[in-house]
Amino acid sequence: MEETVNLDLRDSYSQDDEIQVVAFNLGKEEYAVDILNVQEIERVLNITRVPRSTNYIEGVVNLRGNIIPIINLHKKFNLQAEGNEEEKRIIVFQFDDFKAGIIVDEVSEVLRLGKEDIEETGKVYGSINAEHIKGVAKVDSRLLILLDIFNILES
Amino acid sequence: MKMDMSQYLDVFLEESKEHLGSLNQRLIELEKDPGNIEALNEIFRAAHTLKGMSSTMGFDDLADLTHHMENVLSDLKEGILPVNSAVIDIIFQCFDRLQMIIDQIEVNGSGTMDNSELISILENIKAGDFEAAATIEQEISTPGTYQESFTFNEYDITVLKEAVSQNYNIYNIKVVIEQNCLMKSVRAFMVFKAVEEDGEVIKSLPSAQDLDEGKFDNDFEIILISTATVDDLEKRLGNISEINTIHIQEININELSSKPVITNKVNNIMSSSDTMDSPRKVKQTVRVDIDRLDNLMNLVGELVMHKGRLEQIGSSNKIGELNETIEQIDRISTDLQAVVMKVRMVPIEQVFNRFPRMVRDLARDLDKEVEFLIEGKETELDRTVIDEIGDPLVHLLRNAIDHGLETSQERLKKGKPQQGTVILRARHEGNNVFIEVDDDGGGIDTEQVIARAVEKGIITDRDAEQLSREEAIELLFDSGFSTARNVTDISGRGVGLDVVKTKIESLSGEIFVDSKPGQGTRFTIKLPLTLAIIQALMVSVCDEIYAIPLSSVDETTMITASDIKMVQNQEVIMLRGSVLPLYRLGELLLISGQSDTDEMYVVVVRKAEKQIGLVVDSLIGQQEIVIKSLGRLLGGIPGLAGAIVAGDGHVRLILDIITLF
Repeated sequence: MEETVNLDLRDSYSQDDEIQVVAFNLGKEEYAVDILNVQEIERVLNITRVPRSTNYIEGVVNLRGNIIPIINLHKKFNLQAEGNEEEKRIIVFQFDDFKAGIIVDEVSEVLRLGKEDIEETGKVYGSINAEHIKGVAKVDSRLLILLDIFNILES
Repeated sequence: MKMDMSQYLDVFLEESKEHLGSLNQRLIELEKDPGNIEALNEIFRAAHTLKGMSSTMGFDDLADLTHHMENVLSDLKEGILPVNSAVIDIIFQCFDRLQMIIDQIEVNGSGTMDNSELISILENIKAGDFEAAATIEQEISTPGTYQESFTFNEYDITVLKEAVSQNYNIYNIKVVIEQNCLMKSVRAFMVFKAVEEDGEVIKSLPSAQDLDEGKFDNDFEIILISTATVDDLEKRLGNISEINTIHIQEININELSSKPVITNKVNNIMSSSDTMDSPRKVKQTVRVDIDRLDNLMNLVGELVMHKGRLEQIGSSNKIGELNETIEQIDRISTDLQAVVMKVRMVPIEQVFNRFPRMVRDLARDLDKEVEFLIEGKETELDRTVIDEIGDPLVHLLRNAIDHGLETSQERLKKGKPQQGTVILRARHEGNNVFIEVDDDGGGIDTEQVIARAVEKGIITDRDAEQLSREEAIELLFDSGFSTARNVTDISGRGVGLDVVKTKIESLSGEIFVDSKPGQGTRFTIKLPLTLAIIQALMVSVCDEIYAIPLSSVDETTMITASDIKMVQNQEVIMLRGSVLPLYRLGELLLISGQSDTDEMYVVVVRKAEKQIGLVVDSLIGQQEIVIKSLGRLLGGIPGLAGAIVAGDGHVRLILDIITLF
């Protein structure tokens, strides 16, 4: 009984000062995206490559009849793919007028991040353009790079 | 009480446009044949409905203008004013103004415009020729003016006489309902109910049906036969709320029959409009948001796709019962697909209807005599195509009249009929629709085209000497090309045929030109019937499967490596005596790994009038595919027209031959 009450409290608290993110690995680094844009997480499906497209477009997949373009962030950010093929996932994002997916090496967890834990940043992180990053979050000893996925897909 | 009308705005705009369309068309008919009473009636009806609708929506300027138009039109109808070119011109001008106002309403939700100059002309027309008639009219019937609005045929008069002989009184009742009354039809119904307690309404203006449907302004008139007295009626009507004024007047039956001439004429009008009305009412339609249709189309597409998958499972498992069911589903989904496609089909009439007016104005401005013929306007096309095809056609028609047709003097000199002919023709052929713009003008002057192209730097002098007539005509489609020596208002503003071509190609269509010097020019546009579901040839290259729309495929053939010759570093083969350039599909798509075998499959595809051969690894077969967009992120890649979801769930890409090479 007590537990439920606590949960409720936490939920209402979260609306203002917390965001929920999906954390995942790309290469050796940990990244996160706002869960509100995430439609679903899928195993890597049959990807059809699209000739004449930019190199970081991995291809398109069929997701229940919808054609979804898949972005390869490794190529876009110049990162080495790591980890087990079995662990690879596609995170599918839904925006107002389009859907798109990214390939990640592993989806680790869904986290709540306090807004005060997120450090806004103007600096360029490695090869990632600053405008693609919303900030860096510290969770215990881990550092999560919070991606602005809309900006990445739009560019 | 004021209700928000904005939610009705869409309906209002749509209906207004429809009425404007019919107004336009009928005006042209009327101009051709001023005695065309049906056309006049239709124009009157359109103007009247527009008036009612716009005043309901609170667009006062629009309502005011249509009101004055209606006044003049009603006089024309009654034969009080003659239908002459001056009157028709002013109505055309009013029509243009109406269109402007409605466009304005569409853009910013309100349409205010000062129409006083048009209104004063309308008033002058009405007063000018009408003065004499009006005074006579007033002498006969004081003080009421019902003769102007009501018309009685012989049957009506017989009924009225009969009523009088049975001691009924005849009343003309004018009712004005409050301006902001929202349920006018209900008020009208209450009025009818109140007066019909001891009598019968013989006639009403507008008609009882229009009243019932609320298609009227704030006032209406009825002719009533009743045993009640004026006082009785006034009392009863006074009890109905939201009514502004009631004017009851007793009518003397003898006055009515004293005007046999008008009665007869009116009689004609009534009977002809009656016969036109009756068949039109039968068809019932529903307005549907195009998005919903698109959605339905998507769902049907999905169904067709899964049906394909089921068929595969069925054929590999060989279960009798399953196969039977699949056959049923196949039949149903084919029907369903046909129905949904049909629903999206719109007669091209919608687009064509606006052209007669445009041609008339153009011919006038350019001082040319043009006979404009439209053929096959009932030809149906997908809605999405219809929406896009208007502008290119406008351009082609303008070209035909401005550049194509000669002036009357020139024509006479050449021994041609003084009047030029422009034909706009639409027809079905297989899975395509052909639209032709045909003129009997001077044809394309290729020398002038070439000179111009050289001048513009599109080709060099050397090229110019080698050009064939066809190639020279092709130059017309080069961007920024315009052959008119004088830049006129009509065409030749620098935006040329290249825009037309781009537009047509974006609709997966093609455009051809056929021009004979001195005899005329024909532009032919070939369009697919629908853009959603097409037949495609599936081919594989580098272990990937692509779909080529069958509409671009001329044939397939198999060649051996020794058939290939080199011409200027370009691989070619001889195909039935003509040279066919050869491209490896893998190389065109910038994918590596296309195997080089001795035997090769070649798909001969066509882009406008050019043929090329695409070398592919294997041919898979013909298939019906449901086109899906690649979406915003991947749109606009040259060579790709979209994607499909194959029966096995994989995505396959559709090649766009026109932008592929």
